[in-house]
Amino acid sequence: MDINRERLIGMLKTMYKIRLFEERAKKLYKAGMMAGNFLGALHSYIGQEAIAVGACSCLKKDDYVVSTHRGHGHAIAKGGDIKRILAELQGKETGYSRGRGGSMHLFDLKIGLLGGNGIVGAGLPIAIGAAFSSQYKKTSQVTVCFFGDGAATQGTFHESLNIASLWKLPVVFICENNLYAVTTPASETIATPNVGERASAYGIPGKVIDGNDVLLVSATVEEAVKRTRTGKGPTLIECRTYRWDPHCFVITETRPKEEIEEWKAKDPIPRFERKLVEEKIINQEEIERMKSEVIKEMDAAEKFAQESPLPSVETFKEEVCAK
Amino acid sequence: MREIRYVDALNKAIREEMIRDGNIFLIGEDIGPLGGTFGVYKDLFREFGEKRVRQTPISESAIIGTAVGAAMTGLRPIAEIMYIDFITTAMDQVINQAAKLSFMSGGNVQMPLVIRTQQGPGTREAAQHSQNLEAWFVHTPGLKVVMPSSPYDAKGLLKSSIRDNSPVIFIEHRLLYFKKGSVPEGEWLVPLGEAEVKKEGNDITVVATSLMVHQALEAAEILSKEISVEVIDPRTLVPLDIEKVIASVKKTGRILILHEAPVRGGIGAEFVRQVTEKAFDYLDSPPRVLGGLNTPIPFSPPLENACVPQVEDIVGMVKEIVKEK
Ligand SMILES: Cc1ncc(C[n+]2csc(CCOP(=O)(O)OP(=O)(O)O)c2C)c(N)n1
Ligand SMILES: [Mg+2]
Repeated sequence: MDINRERLIGMLKTMYKIRLFEERAKKLYKAGMMAGNFLGALHSYIGQEAIAVGACSCLKKDDYVVSTHRGHGHAIAKGGDIKRILAELQGKETGYSRGRGGSMHLFDLKIGLLGGNGIVGAGLPIAIGAAFSSQYKKTSQVTVCFFGDGAATQGTFHESLNIASLWKLPVVFICENNLYAVTTPASETIATPNVGERASAYGIPGKVIDGNDVLLVSATVEEAVKRTRTGKGPTLIECRTYRWDPHCFVITETRPKEEIEEWKAKDPIPRFERKLVEEKIINQEEIERMKSEVIKEMDAAEKFAQESPLPSVETFKEEVCAK
Repeated sequence: MREIRYVDALNKAIREEMIRDGNIFLIGEDIGPLGGTFGVYKDLFREFGEKRVRQTPISESAIIGTAVGAAMTGLRPIAEIMYIDFITTAMDQVINQAAKLSFMSGGNVQMPLVIRTQQGPGTREAAQHSQNLEAWFVHTPGLKVVMPSSPYDAKGLLKSSIRDNSPVIFIEHRLLYFKKGSVPEGEWLVPLGEAEVKKEGNDITVVATSLMVHQALEAAEILSKEISVEVIDPRTLVPLDIEKVIASVKKTGRILILHEAPVRGGIGAEFVRQVTEKAFDYLDSPPRVLGGLNTPIPFSPPLENACVPQVEDIVGMVKEIVKEK
């Protein structure tokens, strides 16, 4: 492995962070629902961790990330503060958007996180704009744009790839093909066998890779980032993966049980972990220590979110009326 | 009479119409085996198959465009847009195409097209899943705009919309889907352009749409000992049965229009305009509108609740108006 040890261990830890964050968020969401405090649509990233982590491990702090409705993983991988993410999910004043945005809308300009999105496919043109801005200001920042197989069927996909290629914008398009958009299989929505090969229609490189292999993701994105940072234009990378949970927790599961189990067996975390152990980069004891650190972090975030106040209605009304 | 849910009333309307007319087909996202995100199309895929229940990719512009082209050439599409917020990605097809082609062809082309969608806040889904956008469509000549508040109206109005030869924007409310109401068996319609007095009263006219009809009725109940409130549901905003509203104002001398959408540029203003023009001399106090705050809808529950009129706000406003001289 030609990635340094520290980065590899960091990647494993971030994968655990995302996994355990999502489990914690799910638990709190369900408990809230039971208590009559329904908190919108929660989209879990469990199963797809290798993509956000692999991709963001190639980025600098000031590089941009354009996220989606399924964005907790992107936010965490880009270095988001777990306390503030969880507080936002709970609608608290201490959340990233002071409770205005919620789970689908995580922003942190300090780490280049340009927001999740409630509109499928809306992120692609915004990514073009961010990349345009870096090109304009000659900052050498790169924009990574995450989107799903479902978003790949919006017109915005085609418009954005065309412009990105035309203007050689510093952007990497990462399609997280988890095989479904809500309940609709990608095989019934995408006319060609895959999304990645559409790149040729825009004259840019395209890849289709195993999105559950974090090393493959990071190597592929690394190459695309290098290319685009040096002015050679965009790349489209399709990562094949699977979400473990239903689309969100108000939609009933419609996918075959066997299929879900089959993909759970391809869990990206133990797969990466085994490799690191084999290569003697980490040992079991260190892994256990890492996990308990992450759990402590989640406990602290939960406590922070629970103890944080809800936004003040009075202040909010004053703000609105002042406009 | 049997009581059924709003969502099931819609389902029955569509099923009955699809049996009656083989040219009716459904198009939209997740409308196959799932039966739509809110279950309006439950079992229809099984009954009518994929020829008539066409599940699409996430491509709203192409969904509406397909419906427009199909309507021009003799089919009768019902297109579903999962949340009204997403119709923004198909606005050219709605506003420049569906609404105008019949007119621009000098009547050569007919556009028997229904766009079914749902709207409203109340489920903590934040600003891109909670808007009330009816005013946009009311403002566009060439479209009809329907907003049913009860299972009865939902069924009767949807059947009329399907049989209409103009494009209809049929706006449901997410919080009404599981509310029950009486819906008789048999063949009947609710015509487009006929308001209904949901409750008679003498002191003030409250015009409300969609979910707000229920809030208005609740407020009227709370006030019943001191103030006699008349509640009118226009049911369709285009065509608009303003006559029924004018007649009511002539009786009560006061009017409050209630909607969830922000008041600025909202449909409340249109009622105020028409009432002022047609019944000015009958008014005992200025016509008023109670609606949403001028803000995108926030996620956090207490903030979201503060953005739309609650029953106590209605009660307070009605008291205030009735006191005015
Ligand atoms: C324009 C638009 N249409 C429909 C929806 C409803 N919706 C939310 S997520 C989703 C599926 C998205 O699928 P995909 O892009 O594959 O992302 P995934 O959920 O699989 O991560 C749909 C249809 C939406 N939010 N925006
Ligand atoms: Mg998907």
